[in-house]
This record gives sequence, C-alpha cells and structure tokens, in this order.
Amino acid sequence: MAKYTPHTSEDVRDMLQRVGVESVKDLFNDVDKSIRRTEPLNIPEGVSQFEAYNKFKSMAKKNVVIDTILRGAGSYDHFIPPTLPALVNRSEFLTAYTPYQPEISQGILQSIFEYQSYMCMLTGMDISNASVYDGATACAEAMHMCCDKKRKMIIAGAVNPQYTAVIETYATAGDFEIVCVPEGSNGKIDLCALENAIDDTVAGVYAQSPNYFGLIEDMKAVGALTSERKVKFVYIFNPVAAALLPTAAADGADIAVGEGQPLGISMGFGGPYLGIMTCKTAMQRRMPGRIVGETVDNRGNKAYVLTLQAREQHIRREKALSSICSNEAHCALTATVYLSLMGKEFINVAKQSVSKAHYFMERLTAIDGFTLKYKGEFFHEFVTECKLNVAKLNKRLLKEGCLGGLELDERTLLWCVTEKPSIEQLDTVIKVIKEVASCN
Amino acid sequence: MKFLKTHEWIDVNGKKAKVGVSDYAQEQLGDIVFVNLPEIGTEVVIGKAYTDIESVKAVSEVFAGCSGKVVAVNEELLDAPEKINEAPYDSWIAEIEFTKLQDDLMDEAEYKSYVESQQ
Amino acid sequence: MQLIFEKSVVNGRRALTLPEMNIAEYKLPEYREEIDLPEVAEIDVVRHYTGLSKLAHGVDDGFYPLGSCTMKYNPKLNEAVAAFEGFTAIHPTQPKETVRGWTDALNMLSDYLCEITGMDAITLQPAAGAHGEFTGMQLIKAYHKYNKDFGRKQILVPDSAHGTNPASANMCGFEIVTVPSNSEGGVDIEALKTLVCEKTAGLMLTNPNTVGLFDRNITEICEIVHKAGGLMYYDGANLNAVMGICRPGDMGFDVVHLNLHKTFSAPHGGGGPGCGPVGCKKALCKFLPLGVYGSKLPKDTASKSIGKVKSFGGNFLVALRSAVYIVTLGADGLLDASELAVLNANYLLALLKDKYPVAYDRICMHEFVLTAENIKHETGVSALDISKALLDFGIHPPTMYFPLIVHEALMFEPTETESKETLEYAADAMLKIYDKLYTNPQELHDAPISTAIGRVDEVQAARHPVLKYNK
Repeated sequence: MAKYTPHTSEDVRDMLQRVGVESVKDLFNDVDKSIRRTEPLNIPEGVSQFEAYNKFKSMAKKNVVIDTILRGAGSYDHFIPPTLPALVNRSEFLTAYTPYQPEISQGILQSIFEYQSYMCMLTGMDISNASVYDGATACAEAMHMCCDKKRKMIIAGAVNPQYTAVIETYATAGDFEIVCVPEGSNGKIDLCALENAIDDTVAGVYAQSPNYFGLIEDMKAVGALTSERKVKFVYIFNPVAAALLPTAAADGADIAVGEGQPLGISMGFGGPYLGIMTCKTAMQRRMPGRIVGETVDNRGNKAYVLTLQAREQHIRREKALSSICSNEAHCALTATVYLSLMGKEFINVAKQSVSKAHYFMERLTAIDGFTLKYKGEFFHEFVTECKLNVAKLNKRLLKEGCLGGLELDERTLLWCVTEKPSIEQLDTVIKVIKEVASCN
Repeated sequence: MKFLKTHEWIDVNGKKAKVGVSDYAQEQLGDIVFVNLPEIGTEVVIGKAYTDIESVKAVSEVFAGCSGKVVAVNEELLDAPEKINEAPYDSWIAEIEFTKLQDDLMDEAEYKSYVESQQ
Repeated sequence: MQLIFEKSVVNGRRALTLPEMNIAEYKLPEYREEIDLPEVAEIDVVRHYTGLSKLAHGVDDGFYPLGSCTMKYNPKLNEAVAAFEGFTAIHPTQPKETVRGWTDALNMLSDYLCEITGMDAITLQPAAGAHGEFTGMQLIKAYHKYNKDFGRKQILVPDSAHGTNPASANMCGFEIVTVPSNSEGGVDIEALKTLVCEKTAGLMLTNPNTVGLFDRNITEICEIVHKAGGLMYYDGANLNAVMGICRPGDMGFDVVHLNLHKTFSAPHGGGGPGCGPVGCKKALCKFLPLGVYGSKLPKDTASKSIGKVKSFGGNFLVALRSAVYIVTLGADGLLDASELAVLNANYLLALLKDKYPVAYDRICMHEFVLTAENIKHETGVSALDISKALLDFGIHPPTMYFPLIVHEALMFEPTETESKETLEYAADAMLKIYDKLYTNPQELHDAPISTAIGRVDEVQAARHPVLKYNK
C-alpha cells in the first residue's frame, strides 16, 4: 500500500521514547475503552499508487465524454486553454491555505485582488469578495445582505431553479420569506405583477439576466422599480454575457451575483464552481467572506492583505451575517488567469457564443415541428418546443456524440451553444435532428 | 459627562445627550477602523447595544445609557474613525433625544476607580 | 509586483485567439461600453502568474503546522485522477448511463465516510466545513420540527469553538448558548448540566477539541444532551486524530461534518474549494439534502429533505481526490495516519515544552496549544512576533490567537506526513527564537526580514479600503 508518512520503525521508537510513552496506543489513553475500536474499519486494505491510478482510470472510462455539448442550465462547456491548468495547478497555489500570513502570501493575495478587480469590471460594481461556494449560494448569501428587519425577498421571473431551491433552503433555515413572481407567457419578468408584489415588508428582489430560458430581461426596468420602492436589487448575471450586455451597475443593481464556472472552470459533474458576489460600496460591511485590500508594508512596499475582517465569523461569531470560512479561492484563481489569458479575446467568446446560438436556433426552428418557445432576445440559451418525444431525440443525439438540450418537459428543450462547437458540429447535429424529425 | 460600566460616556444637555466611548474603551480596542453609525431615528434602550465599532481584529458593541431616539450622528467618523482613538471625549457617535436616563451612571471619579478596579 | 492590468501596455496583443467563426455575427440590441480587459502576450501572462506563485507558500514549499487546518501532504496521484477528462468534462445533467464511473466513485466514497464516522448516510453536497455546519444545523432544526418539538431554539457551543460554529447555528435561526470550558480545556460538565433544558436543540462539539485534547467525558456529555432531548453535532475539523481509533457515531454523535480538504488530503487551494460532507444517524436521514450517494442508504433517506444547499451535487472533484486517498491508504493506512499525526504532535510538543509554556500540559492528540502570555508579559514579545520570526526559517506559523480561551495562543498541528527531521528543524527554530526573547527582542519585533514584504499596515487597509484596481 501507498503511505505518505515518512516514519521508519526506528523513528517511531525514538520519538515515543522522547515523548515518554511505551507505545503509540498509549497516546490514545484518553479515549475510553467503551468507544475505542478493536477491529479495523470495514474498508479494504490500502493499495499501491499504481493500482489506485488504474482503478480510477477505469472508473473514469465508465463516464462518457460527449463531444458536442448543447446544454447549459447552470453549467457551461466553454473552451479551457491548456495554459490555464498549467499555471493554476502550480503547487504553491494549490497547496497553500487561506493567506493569513501576508508576508509569504502576496502571490495568492494579489491574485485575489486581481480577481476582485475583474469581477468589478464585469459587473461595474464597486466591491467584490474573494468568492463564495457557487452561484446558487451567492444568491442565498445576498438574502442575508438585504434583509435586516424586513425578511421577505421576491424572486422575479425565470431564475435558475437550482438557485431558487438553494435560496429557499437558506430562507427556511434563517426564517426568511420567499415570494416567487412567475414569468409572463413571454418567458420574461411580469413587471406589473412584480410591482404589485413589492409591499412594505419586502427587503429585496432577485432577477436573472440572461434568465433561465436564456432571455435578456429588461433589467433597467427592474432597477428603476426597486430603486423607486427602496428595496434592494439582486442582479443574477452570467459572466460571459457580462462581456457584452449593459452592466449590473448600469441597470441599478445593489448586489450582483453569478456563477463563475464559465470562466475556465471545468463542468466536473457539478463542482467545484465559483460563487461571484459583488456589491455597491454602501453595502460593503454586509458582504460575506474574505476580501483583499491594498496597503503598504513596513518597508514601504505596496502589499495586499485580508481586510474588513470584523465582518467575519472568526471575529463576529454568532453576529456574523455568514459563516463562510473556506471559499473557492482556487476557482477564483482559475477565473482570474482565464480572463488574463483571454484578455480582450474574451469579448469574442461572448460574441461567438451568442452568434452560434442564433445560427443553431435558426436552423433548428427551420425543421418542421420545431418552434422557438419565447420570442424575446436571448443570449446563448433558448427554448424550443417540438412534436417529437424529446427523450427519444436526446437518446439518438447521444449516440451521435451530442448532449441535446435539457428536457424541461416531454416536448420542450432548453439549449445552449457556446463558442466551443464548430459550425460543422452544429450542422451535423441539425442533420441528425432532421433525420429523426422526418422519420416521425 | 457621565459614564457606563460598559465604557461609554454620555453628555447630557437639556433633553438631548451626546454619546461616545471612553478613553479606556478605545485603548482596549486598538486602532479603530470603522464606526457603524446608527441611522437617524433609531430607538435606543437603556442597557441595549445600538451600534458597534470595529478595530482590525475585533468588534465591540456600544451600549446606550439612556432610552430615546437618535437625532444626529457624527458623520465625521465615517471618514476618520481614528478620531475616537485621538480624542475619545470629543468624538461623539450619536446625539439622542432621551426620555429616560440610566439610574446608575458614574461620574468621572467613580468611573476612574471602576476602571482601576477592573485591571 | 505589478498587476496584470498594469502589464497591458500595447493595444492588440493577445495570448490566445479563437478560430474564425465564418458565420455572421449576431447583433444584440444593446451593448455595454467595451470592457477594459488586459492585452498581454501568453508568455507574459505565464510569467506573471508563475511570478505570483513564487510569492506563495504551500505545503509543497515547507512545513505548515497551521493548527486546526490539517495541512498534510496533498498527493499528486489525487490530482492526476481529478484531471482525467472522464471526470472533468462531464456535464452535471448528463443521463445516468453516461456517468456510471462518477456514481461508482461517489457511492464508494459515501460508504467509506459512513464507515469512518459511524453514520448511516452522508451527503456530499456541502462545499466546505462551515457549509456542512449550516447543513447539519438544518437537519437538527428539521428533526425537532418534524417531532413537533417547536420550543428547541438553542444551540450550545463551547467557548473554545471555531467562529463558524455559532455563525452557522445563527444562520439557521438558533439562539447561541455558550458553554464554558473546564480547567482541562474540555466541556465543563457541571455547567453543561445547568445549561441544557427543554429549549436545547443540540450541542456542537469538536473532539479532539480545539486545544488538541480528547474530551474524556465525551460519552457523558452526549448522555446529558440526549437526556435533555437535544442532539449532538460533531465538527469534524479534528478527525485526523482518530481515524480507525474511535468514531463520532460510537461516541454518541448524531450529526457529523467532515472537511475533506483537511483530513482527507484534498489541497486547500489558497482558501478553497473544500468539500464538507455531512453524515447523520438513521433518525435524521430523511432530512438530508436531495441527491445522496451510498450503497446502503436507509429507505426513507431524503424523503423529508431540507432541500438543496448547493447547485448540482457538490464539489465532486474535491470529493474524488479524497476517494483516491482513502482507496490508496485503506483501513490500515488511515489508522497509521492518525497514529502518526498524534505521535508527531506529541514529539514536537516534547521538544518545545521545556521552554514554551503549554496551555494544557498532558499527552495531546494531533495538535497542541502553547501560550506566550507570560513571555509577552516578561519580554514584550507576542505570539504574533514569534510567528513572524518563524517565517524567516521558511516555516508557516502555527494558528495564532485561537482558541480564544488561551491568551497569546500558538496552535501547532504538524500532521503525519512530516518527518522527524522536519519536526526537529521546527523545534530548533522555535528554540532559537526563544533565545532571542531575552537577548534581542527587537529582532523579533522586526521579523520577518527574509520575506518578499515585511509586516503590513492592516489599519490602513481597513480604514481606507482599496479593494480593486483603479486605472
């Protein structure tokens, strides 16, 4: 078996002698006999690294890596440049803890400072934290920021159901009230219904754009409404769309949150991802999590350090607004290096995603029986209805190496096209769907 | 100027009182980095915390020596929280229009011996 | 070092370019003003972040005895497996038949974690320890609610607890009642007896506790809380001391969270991501978050679920690293790891305790706490100064000023993966620092001198926050 302990039996003997006990077992005399195990754990004996590698290699082979992924719904298949893992997996980054000691952690602290700067660029907001667990928990944490005496939040329109589910869990836990104002028949926020739902007990409103169906919402109108009614506006954004669309700040957001996975982080069957949280200066003391700030050292150098710590659990304990301690620092680093590598070409990632999505939508809805469900402007996701059984269609697509749209019901699919698939790949998928459609 | 056991001062002037924290309190906290000024109109209650003050590695609640309503706050502290370290007795946090004063407030001499007894 | 933004000095430079699209660009109705991303060549991006990595200190750079954080070696094998395309390039909503490898790995890991902790089912959804606490607190809340025991609003938390404990319980709407520690750093049993009541929802406890001692009264503590109708929550931050020796489930705990990024060797990544699975006894399994893995789940698992605490299933690539770790070590290797973690801590303690006062002087578990209270009184040198002086020896300092019940605390956790020679080097460094306490304390106040920067002005950072790049 493989071990990562360097001790020889002579080492152990000498060390025990210095400690002054006879055997290793004697170190555990505080553990009462009644709870002390006499049998080994029911886990197989250890194996060599070679065997473990092969075991997991064959497990990995039982997962199907799909060539053409035309599905998003919260996890997006963008191109990950090989330079990215080569940099972020450097073990100085990977094996460090939270940067508590600034003198030997400037690399990590500066990378977080760059991350915060990037997130503020994307959103136009004043302040970003160093990340939270994922997009869904970023939404949920925003509730704690908005609510003080008033404890009701509104979820307006088609917000990703995963986010809604997590917000609701946090609300039940913390005794908040959630009111969902469903989208209108056009798939977008029903502004009249939203206006009626905002009463004196409401602390804030969540709205997502592009929304769950990919539609670009009229966030300016939401911002105008929340500002007029003096409630907080939590803007849920997609970082790729943020390269092109008007910023959350320009639309009047108080807090902008999002899922950072599209920024160079692999889909990884669901995690780890990256919770982005940004806000206006007025709310900075209510921001959860780590924040890095610039300062100077005693030699006159510019330096970075964890700051505004009095907000956090290790100081404020039960009075803290959040208990977050470990965050997604390495994912934030990944997003940072991704944006640095892509630079202005990142704008092209967004342009190609939106263009290819429209290219695919046009060809798909030209097939007999397929219609675009919502007619509004969309970014890189859209919903189709069709006469086909979508489960069967997706099975066929899978055979051809394509993950089709997410099945919202048996006739409805939520598609996503990023910059990654080539036009040839998209044309091939269209050809297969045409075949299936013509056989029905 | 009167004092509370929780190291705040209160300076009564007619029906209003200015409140702040004592020299001992600021010394214990160290470099103050933020004063969380209460909103005007906040109701304060004798013995209850109405705001807090942050240093780099600590946060300290500020308790009320009277019941009433906040009518003014010292906005100067927003940009210069260090004023509390430099001149704690000139750096009032809030002005309160009070309905009731705490009974057992200490005068300066009493407070001084109280602080000494605590050390 | 300059920021990447400051290195963008020429328009038009690119590290990477996308292939030509060969279709018309779709025009959106409204655009933002162009985002000001940097324009830097690939070699300069590579040098920039390579340069930053050299200004970081990880386990791979040197000894990292950061107490309570279990900074053990992070095996490269785990990284290699977590980079297999068959694990990374998988969409979380792919059909079941295309993710069998993932299902196998997660079922296996869940089974092993249940076995290690003595729990009946475990969720892999929470993303970190504090997120696990938050999830576990909800299980306790849901349990009492389900039993129509609506008055149980209080969570007992020892005064030595990590700040996340009270903060997580507060996020779940509980009132926090602080339990004092006894002279041995454990739970004060007599005080506990007076604090439990019909309002008690549960007690959160770390065992070994935050001073590195195994609470000898653990079964009695569980009994007192259970008798009062409360549940026992195990904070797994310190599980590294007791794998294969005793299990939280057998001690009497009802809910457990683990930190896979501590005990089970997943790297900490400069602050995350972690993975904080939460296991529970049968009576609580019905409340677990949706999407539980494992081959022997109680039938009603997640039937009265508290819902979801995270998108999709969890930080699976972190969980996978721990699965590799457990498979590699096996039952024998896990026990070996815990035994040697405890031996290492006791050895380092033995080398230091003649000079540095120990907060609780007895055989410790995987970590111990020194107190520099007297040293500070006598010499003016603080725990912070001693920590900063260690930096000049290439050693990451221990955890400082925690737990709060020990003044000028220095908490060392060497972990099992360090050799005898490394521990001796660290002890030697501490003894050299000790000699300076009385001969040249100023040198300690001035430390570190060999690092990239000196001590920073935290007051300025907090008073006048500069939190992003401004052109």
